[in-house]
Amino acid sequence: MSLPILSIVTFLPLVGAAAILFGVRRDNPAAARHVAFATSVVTFLASLPLAVRFDRTTAAMQFVETHAWIPSMGIRYHVGIDGITLLLILLTTLLSMIAILSTWTAVTTRVKEFMVAMLVLETSMIGVFIALDFFLFYLFWEAMLVPMYLLIGVWGGERRIYAAVKFFLYTLAGSVLMLVAILVLYVKSGRTFDIQTIAHLAPTFSPAMQGWIFAALFLAFAVKVPMFPFHTWLPDAHTEAPTAGSVILAGVLLKMGTYGFLRFAIPMCPDALPRFLPAIMLLSGVAIIYGALMALAQKDLKKLVAYSSVSHMGYITLGLFALNQQAMEGGILQMINHGISTGALFLLVGVIYERRHTRLISEFGGLTKVMPIYAVFFSIFTMSSIGLPGLNGFVGEFLTLVGVFHSQFRIFAVVGAFGIILGAGYMLWMFQRVMFNRLDNPKNFELKDMNVREFVVLAPLVVLAVWIGLYPDPFLAILHPTVNHLLAQAPVSVASLGPLP
Amino acid sequence: MTTTAWIPALPLLAFLCNGLFGSFYPRRWSHRIATAAVLAALALSIGTVIGLVSHSGHGPFLYGDLYTWIAAGTFRVGVGIQVDPLTAMMLVVVTGISSAVHVYSTGYMEGDPGYRRFFTYLSLFTFSMLLLVLANNFLLLYVGWELVGVCSYYLIGFWYEKRSAADAGKKAFVVNRVGDFGFGLGIFLIWVTFGSLDYHTVFAQAHTIVGQHIALLGMEVPTLTLICLLLFVGAMGKSAQFPLHVWLPDAMEGPTPVSALIHAATMVTAGVYMVARCSTLFDLAPVAADVVAVVGGFTALFAASIGLVQNDIKRVLAYSTVSQLGYMFLAAGLGAYGAAAFHLMTHAFFKGLLFLCSGAVIHSVEHGFHAAGVHADPQDMRNMGGLRAQMPATYRTFVVGALAIAGIPPLAGFCSKDLILERAFAHGNALGTLLWGVGVAAALMTAFYMFRLIFMTFHGEGRYPAEAESKIHESPVSMTRPLVVLALFSCVAGIVGWPELLGGPSLVHMGEGILAFLAPAFGHGHAAHAHELSEAVAWGLMGLSVAVGVAGIAIAYALYVGRPERAVALGRAFPQVHRVLLNKYFVDELYDVIFVNAIKTLARLLHRGFDVFVIDGIVNGTAIIIRDIGAGLRPLQTGRVNNYATVMLTGFVVIAVVASATWL
Repeated sequence: MSLPILSIVTFLPLVGAAAILFGVRRDNPAAARHVAFATSVVTFLASLPLAVRFDRTTAAMQFVETHAWIPSMGIRYHVGIDGITLLLILLTTLLSMIAILSTWTAVTTRVKEFMVAMLVLETSMIGVFIALDFFLFYLFWEAMLVPMYLLIGVWGGERRIYAAVKFFLYTLAGSVLMLVAILVLYVKSGRTFDIQTIAHLAPTFSPAMQGWIFAALFLAFAVKVPMFPFHTWLPDAHTEAPTAGSVILAGVLLKMGTYGFLRFAIPMCPDALPRFLPAIMLLSGVAIIYGALMALAQKDLKKLVAYSSVSHMGYITLGLFALNQQAMEGGILQMINHGISTGALFLLVGVIYERRHTRLISEFGGLTKVMPIYAVFFSIFTMSSIGLPGLNGFVGEFLTLVGVFHSQFRIFAVVGAFGIILGAGYMLWMFQRVMFNRLDNPKNFELKDMNVREFVVLAPLVVLAVWIGLYPDPFLAILHPTVNHLLAQAPVSVASLGPLP
Repeated sequence: MTTTAWIPALPLLAFLCNGLFGSFYPRRWSHRIATAAVLAALALSIGTVIGLVSHSGHGPFLYGDLYTWIAAGTFRVGVGIQVDPLTAMMLVVVTGISSAVHVYSTGYMEGDPGYRRFFTYLSLFTFSMLLLVLANNFLLLYVGWELVGVCSYYLIGFWYEKRSAADAGKKAFVVNRVGDFGFGLGIFLIWVTFGSLDYHTVFAQAHTIVGQHIALLGMEVPTLTLICLLLFVGAMGKSAQFPLHVWLPDAMEGPTPVSALIHAATMVTAGVYMVARCSTLFDLAPVAADVVAVVGGFTALFAASIGLVQNDIKRVLAYSTVSQLGYMFLAAGLGAYGAAAFHLMTHAFFKGLLFLCSGAVIHSVEHGFHAAGVHADPQDMRNMGGLRAQMPATYRTFVVGALAIAGIPPLAGFCSKDLILERAFAHGNALGTLLWGVGVAAALMTAFYMFRLIFMTFHGEGRYPAEAESKIHESPVSMTRPLVVLALFSCVAGIVGWPELLGGPSLVHMGEGILAFLAPAFGHGHAAHAHELSEAVAWGLMGLSVAVGVAGIAIAYALYVGRPERAVALGRAFPQVHRVLLNKYFVDELYDVIFVNAIKTLARLLHRGFDVFVIDGIVNGTAIIIRDIGAGLRPLQTGRVNNYATVMLTGFVVIAVVASATWL
């Protein structure tokens, strides 16, 4: 028996959180920062062996640990990962580390509690990805809410309580629906919470039953994505959250919704799926255009990036529900890419927010002149966000759209391609108003360029963006078997238009 | 393969070196590194052409993948290169003009705070353009296509503090994205149709899908025609063809060496390259090919007419570029890919020359005005005049370029433009004849506006304060030397395609010439059906095209040197026409109203009216009601918690309605 590596990765941040809680005095914020960052670095390093030792040839769950937990209820501690969750876990450990480092000087109040919240959040996020038992999954899922709620509500901006409550209730309402679905599945599957067992049994349920289960699961996850029209909590949450909170929220939390689609909604309800597909594709298409138009209208940098997320998540759901290999792999890769690019954009907004304490686009202009290094990073992630080939966003976006074009929902590839024009519009317009034009606001004359810490925070994301852009194969190779397996469970009739000539 | 791979790799390395480490060494090293790289790439490119010529331009051509880039299921695309005669010609054009521009820029950009940044972008652009022409599949072509676009964006907005420059960069990018919308869909359709994006596979199988149809908006459209039209939409964006031409004149906000390299000689010809590259497809889709020819012909005339009245020296050249690109599409659409590619090459030399000359003029006038404390637009020809005295070298080379583009024998433009007109006439149907007429009319305008530019700039009296006169002087050697080199090529580049009527390329020891060299790169479709013209007709055509060139020059002379007041009077005599032309047919204004402002207004209205008012409005309204009810029933409840539960419910109702609608 080898090391329970998944459990180690999952609970290391919790151990760090406990160490800070009990071992660090409140009047010693530096210690809290150091312990938290060290913990996140160790967690990240501990997650790397997962990638190295991952078997890229199988769709089976790997690094599985299973122990009886509450036998009377059929609840087990059952964890494991496949290609999808491997990538998501690596993204989580990387972004957590980066987010913690980004708060070094930005968070100055209740540092100890902040770091505890960040680390508890990391544990619960990883927990969601590794859980193979529905009860365990739900536990982590709900656990994730609390620290995020606190991050927004305690360390947020002026309307933080409003935003935090909005976030909490939206998600909680989704969770209630999910809980109902889980309980139905539990009862109908002969009182087991085992996700893989349920995934085998659920497709044998009556189509009507599958329909109800799918609807409940879909709504629960659609709120989290968020899909149009459930997106209004997102701009508020992002605007009020501290930078690190936005990074985690955009980078990982939104992916919980699409992960839910992949792990539960799609494989468990194959008979119900075809009926829902047109509506889902429509909502995704609307999200792409609507999110882009909303982004065009924003005056606040964070709101702009938040609405751009609605648009980008629209591409992802489009890809996942086109139900073919290209679109789904593109969609999953785009989940990672969105985490990288949007995470980086929030970090970049944080850099100037920390200096100017405003996010209003009109307050800036001509920053390139005083912050040339910042300008380079900003332009790289702007280009990544609008899908410039050679950077990460293009690969995912292209695979998604070429796959959607090959599905029965061809028209939505056209919609998606049109959204790319709008994407260039709102991003470049924003970039111009912040970085170009004349440096005419006296408050910006003396702005300091990025310091070494900020450079270190962003540099890994640049490396990843270029790596995925030029050589995505290592990432896609991880996905091939898992996606293949997933599609084999999907209804054949909608999988694709048939073989290519 | 490895030798060829060095051609794009060298500028890429220069880009990385200057981009990453440039701040650690003196700035003159940035141009040394960049220039050395592009010169070496030029040498390798020339070697490539020589290698192909020694094989008489026949295959097998270099073709292979370096690595698999993206793979998912049955989708697979590699990073790979191909070198055939068309690519080889493009390699020389790109590295050749790029080299000249690099050298020129050391003088032009001297003293600019963004000196190093400029050379870094130039290297990245050169790499991207080389990637574009070397790619062996559609997706990699698209990569190069987007990368040159982004370089163009950064270089147009190079002086980013200038609002108009930043605007122009953004406009160029977004308009190109509109074209890429079509290009992207074309690529999707190619993959769905052929199961591959590799040139080899697609072109080899193209004939098997003739007759295949695809449903589009309820109509059955031939698949191949649709593919070609979608690709051409991309070409229209990149090569600034009507109605996507609007970005190119604005792109003149960039430094002039950039205008020469990117917005005249290389990047904007990528669309022509793409159509020529896909000749096999266009040959099998005659309707699409006709669209290409018509759009090209229309743009040639349309842009030339705007060029007649512009006063900004660079804008005249910009519209001239749009017009000349139209000629190339006209030729390509009629199946004369060789003629299109030949004109692409000669145009690169003389238009690159013309831009660099205009840059020298602007550079000197700007410095002169600055030194004399004169506040006037240094690009407006109404502030120039009589400059040949101060700038003799620039003047002479400028005239060479102007004669070349006007189609005066034996210069390069004569050979290629005459070939296009001849092929149009020989096409043998009404469309060919019509486009020939359009081409001749545009040729008249071309000669006129070019010499209007020459006369307004260099002849007559200086229309600037006398104190500036002594401050305006010839550019440094680093700038004039590239002018001389390009002028030389503008004179002799035509001989590789010397007209058959005058003895053909072999007369001037050019073997079978460029058309024979390029032929293996193209499909041999409907161009072959063209008639052979009788010698008398051919002489007549050539005589006519030379005559209109001379006539254009003569009219310009009569109006701008003979009696300058007549030019003004002419404008006054037709005020409406003059106003429409001066305002570029108001296309920009139209687009602002129907696209830019409409979308911005829609976004604002949707945000305020729907996102905030409807969604959050329903939320808050319902929330208040429920809170009040809740407050009456249960004092324990805190309003807000319930409010959002209501929001959720509203959302679910919306989705339930949508879902059940599709369920049925």
